[in-house]
Amino acid sequence: MIVILPILIPLIAAILCIVLWSRPTIHRWVSLVASVGALVVSLVLLSTVRADGVQALAIGGWVAPYGIVLVADLLSSIMVVVTAFMGLMVNIYGYDDISEDFEKNGYYALYQFLLVGVTGSFLTGDLFNLFVWFEIMLISSFVLLSMGGSRAETEGGVKYVIMNMISSMIFLGATGLVFGVAGSVNMADLGGRIPQIAADNPILVTSIAMLYVVAFGMKAALFPMFGWLPASYHTPPTSITTIFGALLTKVGVYALIRAFTLIFATSDVMWFAQPVLLTMASLTMVAGVFGAVAQYDVRRLLSFHIVSQIGYLILGLGIFTVSSLAGTIFYFVHVILAKSALFLVAGIVNKTYGSYDLKKLGGIYNNNIALSMLFFIPAMALAGIPPLSGFWAKFGVLKAGLSAENFIAVGIALFVSVWTLYSMTKIWNYAYMRKRPDAYDRPAESLSATSFWLRWAPTLVIGLITVAMGVWAGPLFELATAAAEQLMNPEIYISAVLGGGS
Amino acid sequence: MNILLATVIGFLYASGVYLMLRRSIVKLILGIGLLGNATNLLLFTIGDVARSTPPIIHEGEEALVGAYANPIPQALILTAIVIGMAMLAYAVVLIKQAYQITDSDDIDVMRTTDIETLAEDQSE
Repeated sequence: MIVILPILIPLIAAILCIVLWSRPTIHRWVSLVASVGALVVSLVLLSTVRADGVQALAIGGWVAPYGIVLVADLLSSIMVVVTAFMGLMVNIYGYDDISEDFEKNGYYALYQFLLVGVTGSFLTGDLFNLFVWFEIMLISSFVLLSMGGSRAETEGGVKYVIMNMISSMIFLGATGLVFGVAGSVNMADLGGRIPQIAADNPILVTSIAMLYVVAFGMKAALFPMFGWLPASYHTPPTSITTIFGALLTKVGVYALIRAFTLIFATSDVMWFAQPVLLTMASLTMVAGVFGAVAQYDVRRLLSFHIVSQIGYLILGLGIFTVSSLAGTIFYFVHVILAKSALFLVAGIVNKTYGSYDLKKLGGIYNNNIALSMLFFIPAMALAGIPPLSGFWAKFGVLKAGLSAENFIAVGIALFVSVWTLYSMTKIWNYAYMRKRPDAYDRPAESLSATSFWLRWAPTLVIGLITVAMGVWAGPLFELATAAAEQLMNPEIYISAVLGGGS
Repeated sequence: MNILLATVIGFLYASGVYLMLRRSIVKLILGIGLLGNATNLLLFTIGDVARSTPPIIHEGEEALVGAYANPIPQALILTAIVIGMAMLAYAVVLIKQAYQITDSDDIDVMRTTDIETLAEDQSE
């Protein structure tokens, strides 16, 4: 029962917002209560899964593999907790960041629908149902992205919408083919059937697996298919950019991990998929970071970093050992938090100093040392400086890469890491250390106390967690390793689902 | 029948991709529409196109008898069609807005987010 609550709570909140359409002030409270509620139930879900193993729920009492199941294993529950946490933080930040026009047009309803879609994608145990959750998430994100109606938002929206529609078509077609060869769309059921089919007909199953790489890779912004992300993510208000950057591409990565650890986890597919994933991961890292280095708009720079970090996540999947997946899961949590904190800081800087453009900023360190620290900590975490979270995340993935003897990929990852540090230093030098160019030198706007705390509190909490994750990395790494062990032993998942969900 | 449908699907995919490679956004949307139809037909074909009875167990029987239509692909297509329609409707509204703002149908004109930095706007 607990499995469905993280989906149900935001769904009810979104519907309430629509019912109370004409009273936007109430939306804020509905959204806040729902976000807190979702966080509480996701934490309960995580502890339940940790204590009692994989939880499965057959929706409507139709037992798997005939009905739709919701499944929470450790990876899903970790992702759901992070989603709910980010949902709450960005919700609070949005009170100051989101304009009244957005609120009147149903921002909070869409926001909660987005969280419904993301959470649903993490929890579903059915391929076609995953498609449906994707679409729920996408349609809310389409509207959120182009809601402002400015030229940039519309143009970014066009690219985002079209790329995502194409990837949905590929995903749907691939699912149809899977149904054609295996006669099922239940992931656990497929996990049992696909390896046998692949043994008879490896080329067919590998082709289908590659269709999934393209479909999910587009959503995750992997190497040849990432162009839409830096073209669109920086256009809406900061809160929307943050929640997109934190969650949407990660859903694509999650889907890839699920597909290749559960459904296509057979040597008949992996002999081909593994080098493909490793190559794409390496190229994604390099392309993302070089794109980032060239940018002057902070949000665009960070958008390219989203792409680059996706490479690290897929690298862990490509190495395909328990320790590399544990590294990926740790990295997931780290990158969502660190990247979001950076976006939120960029929003505070824009509010206070009136620009996102590095060329027009400067001297923040002398002006506001607290704000500089708020940027500095997640920036260093992202670059992977010990003792912050990023160090352990990278260490986990790279150590696994070394023991699996993937020296080239590890070398590229280390090289990219240097450039990540460089681009963080670039922001630091331009916006914080150097003197502000005279042409743009105007006094900093002082935020009102409410506005200050609505923006600072969530950013500070996220920043502190990245520090805490670095200092107490042990327990989280244990959790990530347990999650990775579940992933590498799909029988646990399959028997939990097909053994009759409660 | 399956061969014919496979040809139609292939043709629809090819036309869809061709239209999407044009610079006009209207053609792009039409291409996506064709791609969606091709995908739905693909799902339909997978359900094995044959003359058969609805999968209903009649009174007094224990299981399905004779050739019956597989209901799952049909349920999947129905869902996919509804979702596809919603997506397409939104995309059409969006390109209309894009056309009004940029005063152009050309996708190459819509590159401001890639070239300029958008630093000035949104200072609220």
